[in-house]
This record gives sequence, structure tokens and C-alpha cells, in this order.
Amino acid sequence: MGKHRVMATVNGDAVEFLCETGQTLLEALRDELQLSGTKEGCGTGDCGACSVMLDGRLVCSCLVLGVEAQGKTIHTIEGMAKGEQLHPLQRKFLEHAALQCGICTPGMLISARALLERNPDPTEEQVRYGLAGNLCRCTGYHKIVEAVLDAAREMRGA
Amino acid sequence: MSTTVMYEEKPLKVVGTRPLRPDGVDKVTGRARYAADYNLPGQLIGKVLRSPHAHARIKSIDTSRAEALPGVKAVVTRDDFPDMQTEYAAAGELTINFRDVTRNMMAREKVLYDGHPVAAVAALSASIARAALGLIKVEYEVLPHVIDVVEAMKPDAPLLHEHQFTDGVTPKPERPSNLAKRMVFARGSLDEGFKQADLIIEREFNTKPVHQGYIEPQACIATYTEDGQAEVWTGTQGHFVFRAQLAKVLEMDVSKIRVTATELGGGFGGKNNIYNEPLAIALSRKSHRPVKMVMTREEVFRATGPTSGANVKVKLGCTRDGRITAADAELNFQAGAFAGSSVAMASMCAFTRYDLENVRVVGHDVTVNRPKVAAYRAPGAPIAVFGVESVIDEMAEKLGIDPIELRLRNAAKEGTQTYYGPKFGPIGFIETLHRAKAHPKYRAPLGPNQGRGIATGFWFNIGKETSSALHINEDGTATLIMGTVDVAGGSRAAMAMMVAEELGIAYDKVRPVIGDTSALGFNFITAGSRGTFAGGMAAVLAARDAIEKMRRRVARIREVPLEAVAWKDGRGQPAEGGGAQFKPMTLQEIARDAGKTGGTISGHSEINAEGAGPGFGTHIADVEVDRQTGLIKIVRYTIVQDVGKAIHPAYVEGQFEGGAVQGIGWALNEEYVYGADGVLQNPGFLDYRVPVASDVPFIDSVIVEVPNPNHPYGVRGCGEVPIIAPMAAISNAVQNAIGVRLREQPMSPPRVLKAIEAAAGAGAQV
Repeated sequence: MGKHRVMATVNGDAVEFLCETGQTLLEALRDELQLSGTKEGCGTGDCGACSVMLDGRLVCSCLVLGVEAQGKTIHTIEGMAKGEQLHPLQRKFLEHAALQCGICTPGMLISARALLERNPDPTEEQVRYGLAGNLCRCTGYHKIVEAVLDAAREMRGA
Repeated sequence: MSTTVMYEEKPLKVVGTRPLRPDGVDKVTGRARYAADYNLPGQLIGKVLRSPHAHARIKSIDTSRAEALPGVKAVVTRDDFPDMQTEYAAAGELTINFRDVTRNMMAREKVLYDGHPVAAVAALSASIARAALGLIKVEYEVLPHVIDVVEAMKPDAPLLHEHQFTDGVTPKPERPSNLAKRMVFARGSLDEGFKQADLIIEREFNTKPVHQGYIEPQACIATYTEDGQAEVWTGTQGHFVFRAQLAKVLEMDVSKIRVTATELGGGFGGKNNIYNEPLAIALSRKSHRPVKMVMTREEVFRATGPTSGANVKVKLGCTRDGRITAADAELNFQAGAFAGSSVAMASMCAFTRYDLENVRVVGHDVTVNRPKVAAYRAPGAPIAVFGVESVIDEMAEKLGIDPIELRLRNAAKEGTQTYYGPKFGPIGFIETLHRAKAHPKYRAPLGPNQGRGIATGFWFNIGKETSSALHINEDGTATLIMGTVDVAGGSRAAMAMMVAEELGIAYDKVRPVIGDTSALGFNFITAGSRGTFAGGMAAVLAARDAIEKMRRRVARIREVPLEAVAWKDGRGQPAEGGGAQFKPMTLQEIARDAGKTGGTISGHSEINAEGAGPGFGTHIADVEVDRQTGLIKIVRYTIVQDVGKAIHPAYVEGQFEGGAVQGIGWALNEEYVYGADGVLQNPGFLDYRVPVASDVPFIDSVIVEVPNPNHPYGVRGCGEVPIIAPMAAISNAVQNAIGVRLREQPMSPPRVLKAIEAAAGAGAQV
């Protein structure tokens, strides 16, 4: 079975990889590009641990085929910090103790950033619904919601 | 022999503050390495063929076509593993039997549940491995199965184990049965107790199995070399215990297996047991290449341990003024395919929040055609407590006594004799009740269809074998090697904080690292909320050992007697009344010159920690019930819990919040659904619905600190108590809201609606 050659832009870098027809974008990122920050929790689009941005749209990378990435722009957790400078969401997650095991954290951060891009001033309820596609089993979401609200405040300069 | 270190009250600089966790930056940047993130050169991918039947005899397994598929490098079945005799060992809070462990990791005579492993394949790629599974021919003789615990206890129920005769009854039964064990915990006289009662309430409850639901599926990578050595990287709560189990089932020397605990993506008791690890080693041994195995979510649900579903009967008697005179319970727990549920722990927890004279708890451990259960956060306790706290709530309602007041009248305190063994030392149960009663949330106004429920929880907490090493580095920093896995609660931070406090240096100068099995002596698994208690005790003792060595070094360099050197604020200085004056030496100075003054300085400790402090909590749940849809919404939720001492308060709150929400999921939605064919119908997060952010409110945490006298900083352990009370608290709140008492969990909308309709039909309260 032949593999497909895919060219895409990941976190600003032009990349090229080979993948099988049935391989998901998540598998391509993790196994072909060694970007293992994106996690697999379910493989069926139910947990959000594999959240990435695909051409500016929040997707579960386990529900996208690797070949569909051809010519597309992808942003993953590995591109969230700018050098030494953590993204405010990353910083607030640390300060608020908004992570425990951390397996949901990359997907949660990608989702939270997408939420704040759409709505820079969300209510608590909007944060809760905005992150409802990302499962976390450790934190009970309390400190995650606090961290996102605090990051939003800081990013708005409020 | 065991170790306890007495609590001493002293001014604290680091303990009790909220620094950032040492594993934090790696986790927010995607750098943290979980088991599935590890790869080795030349690795193969392993996959497992699983039983499609709930119960069947394996007549034959033909792997020849799979082995012939290009790219397949090894296939293993039951024939590749030695059979094991009955031999018990501790694994977390539950006990395992190696005869069963080897049968659970790879079926031998029979398959006992949908998802039971039958064969495993290692191939060049995942797609080839999956294709190979389809080429393995297994001939089954399908047998009748049993899923329900009450059905399984009937004499004519389909039998899982022909050799299983009920343990704990005399004389030994003549026929084998699914009732693996009967246990009784008793004190006083029930007859006397019920005679003294003015009010007797007897009720029956049922709960469904729920899964730990860690977001990281089990994963491991193993390499077996031609000289008989194996190395394994895996997500585990206890790598030393995994090593012991692997050595046993593979008949290898312990010294020839090295296990690294990778960053753990959640466990909650579910990662105390080996599943794919022995298969990966066997496949590596056969293929002469490293083998990586990652479970799918469906495999996690079908084949790794949920907690028991159960049938619980509770009978309580009390006087008119609310003093409980007799307490009786029967707990029937599903063990899954092999004996060994958490029913013993549940039995010991059922009534233990109360000071009772006349108690009996009978526990039954019952095998059914479901995956073997595993520990889940305070294993079994939430199930028993749901029944008991529901009856106590009904009692308070009937007597017209405030539910917290009723509990205060019966509360256990220092000196209370438990019915399962020990007498309590200093405990903080009454403090949690008082703090809950005084909390503003206990008086917050309730709207229409809203109600408030109270429930309480108790957990033992444990100590056990623990070791630690503390290396004083040449620049005056310290590296702490821990043997207890940080199961994500933040124990690495907590240990580093205690060590920094002891040494008198800054928190960020202590780097905690979890050593692999070659770095330290045996450590028991991180279970029973022992991480920060026992691991912390070992870390403190390693620090004190290092301090002792540094004092000796200062005494030698400054040419004064050892007694003249005191350790304070990160330096060796003249002891008060020590009789010698000398220039103090800082830790940094001692470390810098260590090479020239006697060599490297490291502290060690190898202990069997004892004296874990029992933990108690009181929960206040406010709910709103939608009478049209049956949906229960959690409006407010408050936890008041005694943790002894919160080393890192934010991480203690994290335990409260996470535990409460797991309990909310258990109460409202989560359940294993089986069809009549014995096949699991909801092995995915779409149909097995754990709480999402929009399902829950903020959780109010009140930390109570009644120090554990047997820990240097007073730690009790805090991770398990928070999940115990939610089911009961929420059910009691629903009763308070709409006058309908739900005795079946989960309280999902269809069940609530049915109960509302039944109550309306009966024209009275249920």
C-alpha cells in the first residue's frame, strides 16, 4: 500500500510527510512529524485532547485525515509559546494550578485560545460551554475556568 | 518494623505556600512525555485480539495466517505464558491473585468478558497489526453468561469459575459458585441495638459500575534483549509493583526488569494493574525488537477495570433524639471476571464516620462476566456511603432534626472504637461538621425545585514501603529522587516544598525527580492517598539524613564537636548552649567544598511508613431538578475536609474539586450499559458521559487542618475522601428539592423522570 506525500505548514514551518490513506492528522503529527504534544484520548472526537487549529478552525485532529492537511496551515501546542514567552493562557494555567496530569492541557489550551479569539470577554458560562468539548478528569474544571477568565482579562488589558 | 515521624509545630516558610509545580511548563508546552510519546529505534506496534463474547470456552486458536502476513513479526497467545498457581499480593488498595492476573492479561481456558484478551500481534505498523488480528481464528464454545450481581448470586446462575468455592463460610460449600467471598465486620449486638430504637429504617440501593475515566489510555513500550533483560516505559501508579508483577507472570528475576514510570495521564486507581506490559515484553522477546502498545479508548472501557456496580441493603435504628443504636448493612459487589473487589474496604467504611455500639456489615464479593474491577479513588466507599448516608438523611427528615446536627450527635472523634479494628487518634470529623454548619452556603436561599443535601465521607489513608534519596549538588542545589509516582495531584511539588523547608533553602533549588526502579529500593504503589504522606515522610527523612551528614562535615571542618553544630536557615551554625563558637557554613559552602572534605553528600531513607491519618469530609450539595426532563443541575457544591496539613493548598483544592466532579459524574450520568448478549454497548466518551465543564459549577473548598500526629508536617492524605459523599449528597438534595428519593444510581434524566412519574402515580412521596 503506497503512502501519500503531504505538504503543509505547521506552526509556521513548511513540512512534508508521508502517510497512509487511513492515517489521521493526529497520527501524522505524532508519528510522522514527532509533534507529540497533541494527545489522543479517544480517537473518536469526544474528548478534545487532540485539538489543533486547521486553517484557523478548531478541529479534533483525530477526525481529520492526514492527507486532508495538504496545503493547509496547522497550529499545535508546540507553537503556542513564542520563544521564552509563554502565551498568557499557558502562564495562567500554571499560576492557577489549572492542570494536574496534563494530558488534556494541550487540547484545552488550544480550545481556550480559539474561544478567546472569538470572544475576548466571555462570561463564566461562555467559558464552560466553550470548553465543553474538552474533557478533563483531574481538575473538575474549577481552576481551568478561573485561569481562562483571568487570561482573558489580562489579554484585554483590563 | 515501621516508621513514624512525630508532628512538630514550627514556623513555616515554604510549606503552606502555593509555588508553581515542577512539571508545569512541560505540560503547558506539550513537552511532557507520557507513555504513548516514547519511541525506540526499530520498534514494532503491538495490538490485542479480544473476545467478542461475554463467556465462552476457547476450543482452539489458529494464528498461522496472521504469522504469515508480511510485516508481522510475532504473535503470542496463552501458550506463551506460564500458568500460575493461586498466590496473593497487594496492588494498591486491592489484593491480586497471580492465577487470575495471568488469565486476565491473556485468556487461558475461557474468555470471561467482552474484551478479554485472546492473542496479541507485533507488526511493522499499526495497520498491519490490525490486519493480522483479523486473520487469527479462534474457535469458541459460547456459554451462558451473567452480568447482574444479584442474578450471579443465585444458585442456578451461569458459573464463571468451576474451582471457586465461597471463602469465609463454614463448612466449605459443596458446590462452586460466583460468590467468591463472604466477610463480616461486627461489633456489639444488633438485636440489642434495634430493641433500643424508636425508629428503624431499612432500604435497598443499586449502583452501576463506573470507569476511572483517565483521559490517557494505557500505553507502554518494552524491549527485551537477548541476555534476558527487559526494560519497560509505562504509565503506572507504581512502577515497582509493576516490576514485581511482571517478574512473576513472566518468571523473570526482578533485577532483570527495569521499569520507568512515564508522566501519568491520570489513574485514580485504574493504573495499579498490568495489562499490556507482559504482552509487550513477550512480543519483544519473540520478535527481538522493541514493541509499543497503546490501547484505544474502546479497549480501555472494555478491558480495564471499572469500579464495582453493587447492590446495597442498609438498616438503621435510632432513638427519638437521633442517637443511632444499631447499624446493619449487606454489600453485594461485582468483582468482574475474577474475585477481588473493593467490598472489604467498602464494608470497613460504611458506618465508620459514626461512634456506634452495635454494628454489622456483611460483604459479598461476586464474580460476573464483566472486566475485572480495579481500584477507583476510595475504592468501594462511595457505594456503601450512598446507602448509609441516604438512610441517615431519611432519619433526620423523619425525626425533624437538622441533618448536620443528627450527624454531630453520632460523630466519631478521638478515642472512638471502629468496628473494623483501630481506635481513632486525633481526627477532624466534628470540625468538618461544625464548619459546614456555619458555612454561608448552608444557608443560601433555595429557589423553586431546588434542594440541599448533606453527606459525609471517611477514608483510611495508608503508608507502606517508601524510599527516597536526596543529593546535595556541588552548587548548593538539591535533587530529590522519589519512588512514589506523582499521580498528578502535585506530589512532586509537595515533596520539594517539605525538603526545602527542612534544608532551609528556596523551593526552586530542590528538583524532584521520580526515579526508575533501578534508582531506589522498592516503593509501594501510589494509592490510598499515601503519596504526600508516605513519600513526604521519606523525603523529609532523606533530607534529615543529608542534614546530619552536613553537620558532621561542618564539625570536622570547624574542628568542633557534632553537638555544637545546629542546622538552621540553610546553614550549620553554633548550637545554642553548644559551647563552641565558629564561623557558620552555608549549605552552598558545604556543597562547594564537599569533594575536598570527604566526598559527595547524599541523604537516604528506606522506610515502612505507618500512622497515616484518617480523613473525613462533609459535603453540601444544592441541586435543581427539571421536572419536565428529569435533568438534575448542580447549583452549588461545597466540600469541607480535614487534610491534616495542606502542604500546597491549591493542589489540595484541586483534589477536592476533581474528586467532587468525579462523584457528580457517578451520581448523574456514568454507567456501563450491557446488552442482553453481555456485550458492552457504550465503550466511548460519547455514550459514557463524564462531566464536562458546562455540567458543573465552581466547587467551594474549605480546608480543615487537624494535624496527623504521625507525620512531620501533619499530613493525612486528601485525594480520596472527596469522591465518597457526592452520590449521597446529591440524592439527598433531590429528595429535598422534589420529595422523591432516588435509590438507583446514576440519577440520569430517564431514571429521574420515571421516579417522578411513579411518585405522582402513587399519589405520595417515594
